Amino acid sequence: MENNIENKHEKVEKHVGWFFIFTIMAISIGGLVEITPLFFQKETTTPVTNLRPYTALEMEGRDIYIREGCNVCHSQMIRPFRAETERYGHYSVAGEHVWEHPFLWGSKRTGPDLARVGGRYSDDWHRAHLIDPRSVVPESNMPAFKWLAENKLDGKLTAKKLETFNLLTRNRGHKDEQGNSIPLYSAEDIANAKSDVEGKTEMDAIIAYLQSLGHALK
Amino acid sequence: MSSFWSIWITVLSLGTLVGCYLLLRWCLKNFAGVPEGESMGHEFDGIEELNNPLPKWWSTFFLVTIIWGFGYLLLYPGLGNWAGLLGWKSSNQGIVSLEESKQLSAASLAEGSGILNQYDREVQQADEKYGPIFKALSARDIEDIAKDEEALKIGQRLFLQNCAQCHGSDARGTTGFPDLTDNDWLYGGKPADIKYSLIHGRVAQGMMAWKSALGGEQGVKEMAAYVLSLSGREHNAEDAAKAAPKFAMCAACHGSEGQGSVAMGIPLGAPALNDNIWLYGGSQRAIEETIRNGRAGVMPAWLDILGEDKIHVISAYVYSLSNK
Repeated sequence: MENNIENKHEKVEKHVGWFFIFTIMAISIGGLVEITPLFFQKETTTPVTNLRPYTALEMEGRDIYIREGCNVCHSQMIRPFRAETERYGHYSVAGEHVWEHPFLWGSKRTGPDLARVGGRYSDDWHRAHLIDPRSVVPESNMPAFKWLAENKLDGKLTAKKLETFNLLTRNRGHKDEQGNSIPLYSAEDIANAKSDVEGKTEMDAIIAYLQSLGHALK
Repeated sequence: MSSFWSIWITVLSLGTLVGCYLLLRWCLKNFAGVPEGESMGHEFDGIEELNNPLPKWWSTFFLVTIIWGFGYLLLYPGLGNWAGLLGWKSSNQGIVSLEESKQLSAASLAEGSGILNQYDREVQQADEKYGPIFKALSARDIEDIAKDEEALKIGQRLFLQNCAQCHGSDARGTTGFPDLTDNDWLYGGKPADIKYSLIHGRVAQGMMAWKSALGGEQGVKEMAAYVLSLSGREHNAEDAAKAAPKFAMCAACHGSEGQGSVAMGIPLGAPALNDNIWLYGGSQRAIEETIRNGRAGVMPAWLDILGEDKIHVISAYVYSLSNK
C-alpha cells in the first residue's frame, strides 16, 4: 500500500522501537511525579521522634513475620479514617517507616491491621494465639503457627542482618545526642547480636517484634 | 517541599495534560491518505477496514477529562506546593510525634484556618455526636450505669471490640485469661478496682518458678496435691501432707488458707486457691505446670487507646456481669 508510507500513525504503531520508547515515557510519568519526589522530602525521610531501631530479637522476629507471610493477611498501615483510627489508633505516618527494609505495609486485611498491635495484648495471649488462634478467638480463621514455639534461633545471621540494616539506612536520620548522624546499630549491638537471640525460640522473637509495633507514635 | 520538586511536579503534571490534548488533536487528523469513511484498501475474509475517525462521543469525553483535570488541580492539592483553592487535605502530613499531631489537628480545626482537613473534620463531627453521650455516662456511678440496659449495650459493644479477644465474647475467659462473670477477682471487683485495671492495666507480680525451691519435680508434685486439697478436690493425701509445711512460702501471696490476695486486701493478683476457680487449669498436671514454671499474666493498659470515658462504660459492663 503505497499510501501507508505517508501514514504517521503507522510509524508509531508498526515500529517496535518507537512504540517501546513512547510507552515507557507514558507509563513513567506517574512514577516521576508521585514517587521520585518522596525520596527527597523532609516529611518522608525524617524519623518520628520516638523511633528506635529494632533489637536483635525483634529483627529476627521481623524476618519470621516475613517468612511466614504474615503481611499477606495483615496490613501495617492505618489509614486516616476515623473508622480505622477508632479501632487501631493514630493513622500511620511516613516517619515511622523510614528504617523499614522492606516495608511491610501489606495490601490486604484478612486479619486486622497490626501497625499498633504492640502492647495491646499480653505476651501470653500472643503465645496462645499463635499456637492455636481458636483457643482465644473462636471465630478466627488464622492458621496455627505451632512450630514457632519449637524452633530455636541459632543467631548465626543476626549480626549480618543488623549490619545490612546499617547499610540500607545510611544517613537516614539516626542521630546521637549531639545530633551527629550515626549508624542504626553500634559495633557493640552487632557484636552482641548472636548472644542476644541464642536459645530464644522463634515464638519469643515474633512476639518481641509484634510487641514493638507502633511504639514510635504512642 | 523545595521549589525544585514543586516545579518538577507542576511541569510534569500540567505537561501531561497539555500533551494529552495535543495527542488527541493529532489523532483526530487524517494521515491515512484515504478520505474518511473509505476503504483502507485491505480486507480479510470479506471484512474491510474503513478509515473511520475516532468516535465523536469518545473524543469529546477525552477532552472533558482533560478539562476536569485542570479543574481538579486548581481546587485540590496536586501541583507541588499549591494547596488548592478549597484548602482541602486528607490528613496532617510529616508528623513526628503525637503532640505535634494534636497541635496540627487543633490548628486545622481552628476557626478561620482555611484548612479543610478531612480526617480531623470527621473526628470532630463524631466527637460532637458521641462525645456528650460518653460525657453524660462518665458523670454517673458505675453501679448506676450497670443497671441501665441501654448504656450496657454501649459497654458490651466496646467490650466485644476491645476485650473479647482475651476474655471471650461471653466474657467467660479461657485458660490464662480470667472469667469476668464469676465474681472472683484477682485485683478486686469493686467498680473502682475494675476501672483501675482497665486504665492502668495489671502486671501480675509474678508467680515465680518454684521447682528448685521445692526441691525438684517430686516437690512440685506434692505441692500440687496440697493445692488441690485446699479446694477439696481429689488429691493424693500422702503427697499433700508432705507439702503442707512448705506452703508457708506460698502463703505470703496466696494467704495461709489459700484465700488469695484480694481477700487479704493486697493488690498482688495472687488468685484464691480454695475456691475451685482456676485461671490456668485445676488438674494435678496443670497445677504442677504452674508451680514448676511460674505464671505472669498481663492485662494491658487501655487509657491511651480508649480514653477514660469509654473505659468508664466498659467498667460498668464488666461490673454488671457479676452484679446483676
